[in-house]
Amino acid sequence: MRLVILENYDLASEWAAKYIRNRIVQFKPSADRYFTLGLPTGSTPYGCYQKLIEYHRSGDISFKYVKTFNMDEYVGLPRAHPESYHSYMWNNFFKHIDIDPANAHILDGNAENLEAECQAFEQKITEAGGIQLFVGGIGPDGHIAFNEPGSSLVSRTRVKTLAKDTIVANARFFDNDLSRVPTMALTVGVGTVMDAKEVMILITGAHKAFALYKAIEEGVNHMWTVSAFQQHPHTIFVCDEDATLELRVKTVKYFKDAV
Amino acid sequence: MPSNRSVSDAPITQFVNCRILRDHKLQREDLWVREGRILDPEKLFFDEQGYADNRVDCEGNIISPGFIDVQINGGHGVDFSQASEDVGRGVSIVAKKILEDGVTSFCPTLVTSPYAVYHKVLPQVKVHNGGHHGAGVLGFHVEGPFISVEKRGAHPEQYLRSFQSGGFEDLMEAYGSLDNVAMVTLAPELAGSQSVVRELCRRGITVSLGHSVANLSQAEDAVKHGASFITHLFNAMLPFHHRDPGIVGLLTSDQVPAGRRVFYGMIADGIHTNPAALRIAHRAHPSGLVLVTDAIAAMGLPPGRHTLGQQVIEIHGLHAHIAGTKTLSGSIATMDMCVRHFKQATGCSVEEALEAASLHPAQLLGISHRKGNLDYGSDADLTLCDDALNIKATYISGEEVWRKQP
Repeated sequence: MRLVILENYDLASEWAAKYIRNRIVQFKPSADRYFTLGLPTGSTPYGCYQKLIEYHRSGDISFKYVKTFNMDEYVGLPRAHPESYHSYMWNNFFKHIDIDPANAHILDGNAENLEAECQAFEQKITEAGGIQLFVGGIGPDGHIAFNEPGSSLVSRTRVKTLAKDTIVANARFFDNDLSRVPTMALTVGVGTVMDAKEVMILITGAHKAFALYKAIEEGVNHMWTVSAFQQHPHTIFVCDEDATLELRVKTVKYFKDAV
Repeated sequence: MPSNRSVSDAPITQFVNCRILRDHKLQREDLWVREGRILDPEKLFFDEQGYADNRVDCEGNIISPGFIDVQINGGHGVDFSQASEDVGRGVSIVAKKILEDGVTSFCPTLVTSPYAVYHKVLPQVKVHNGGHHGAGVLGFHVEGPFISVEKRGAHPEQYLRSFQSGGFEDLMEAYGSLDNVAMVTLAPELAGSQSVVRELCRRGITVSLGHSVANLSQAEDAVKHGASFITHLFNAMLPFHHRDPGIVGLLTSDQVPAGRRVFYGMIADGIHTNPAALRIAHRAHPSGLVLVTDAIAAMGLPPGRHTLGQQVIEIHGLHAHIAGTKTLSGSIATMDMCVRHFKQATGCSVEEALEAASLHPAQLLGISHRKGNLDYGSDADLTLCDDALNIKATYISGEEVWRKQP
């Protein structure tokens, strides 16, 4: 793996955004050859999206020939609800850029048949030629997307019940009322993300430090699903200093010197 | 990009680089319009996978809902109360000109007139939408003749009326037809007015109290029967008194039925109301304040003598008096001037100033589901202005109908 450590959240966001920008620009996407990007939601990638919007506004990047696939979406939350991931992506990214709406794919948590929806999503990824770069985050319980502790490390897109940790972590978006937080979600599987050519995980903040430690300094374990990426040929972890607080000094020094 | 819209093929316009008034705040958001209405771009993106066909660069300006003037007697030489053969033409002239003031809808107002004038004028102008031809007409505002003699102001005494035996029948006899009427101003102390107020409200016509010597309890009674507006607060009514606040007391009355709000018109031209009085009213009841011009035929004309109703008036600067007297006969300030003066005099926010001229009149008339705001689904009647609230352009149903030349 690459472990890129930046001093703070803003610098980490900027680094990640530049990486995404450079990857897309180098790929030279066109009408015959789209760049496929996997995308996360939440507070961690927010700064990264802000930077990407900035680069788009200054003309450094166009999303005209980019296809996006979001990782997850709540089940049963109206699409127009301000906390749905559709709303998040529209307000924090899509409405500011030039992506073709037909190329922005997000799982539909209100579909009639949730399983069929999940399978169709996998199918769309295959038809798009697979994901070039999958950007993700990590939960405090070490999950990637909504692959909660105990999820199969070869899982595919499916319906998942959310873990208590996740529901509690999300309560802040629902007026701290646990009863209003959705309990199920559609999520890409660990295997789905592993299929991507390249994976970039953003991890910032001291509250994620323990999860990062479990993910990269301990073994591959389905209780900390991000650990699966130890077995991916091209993974980058982008962190701020606070997220490294639970790592060994030796690990941190190694990767800081490697830059 | 190919079109994949499932709902409609009509062109979509995206106003960019602007601040819009939404949810009582100015926000940096784009405004999307399709088929004359404000469009939800998120639904467009996800449900229809649609995008804009044209973009309008607003150059950092403010987009406000178009202004709504519920009291305007004429302008640019036109006097709506003149019994002309072609009232429609006069209304059109004014409708076109007031686009420059940011007004997208209005209620042509008739002052106290002989029955013959009402019978001739009212049927000639129907409620209709605005467009390139001018601002939309929401219906007439008939101010009088059922008003108080002592507080008639510039209204001619010989045409004032009271309710005789029938009450509502007297009103119908005076006006002929109420088909094109949106608002009636009357004095609630007139005997028999209660049933009239009730019947007008039942028919969806806004009842306003004005040109009256009513005390507070008579005014409250009228509100209970359905009255919801006060015509040019402070003017042509008893002054506020601390033991009987009169109509002015409605602003803080505890007798207003639950769920209802009393609105009040203010002529914020700097002349009809002292700024201190404007501030008192605004602070007492900010959500009821409705800016009106009460403009007369002379608005937009040079100083001199002009006709209003059946009388002659004189103009000096921004003042208009009945010829030979000191009685104010109406104002000649345009709506945008009123908005600017209101903001400056009260120190209110830009949002409040704009809402006093758009959202509040729409709420008063019960049309806020489609006018007076920039909510999804509302008519795209817009006015573009700079931070000093100078009008740069006006749009009706999403089409540009006026633009200020540089």
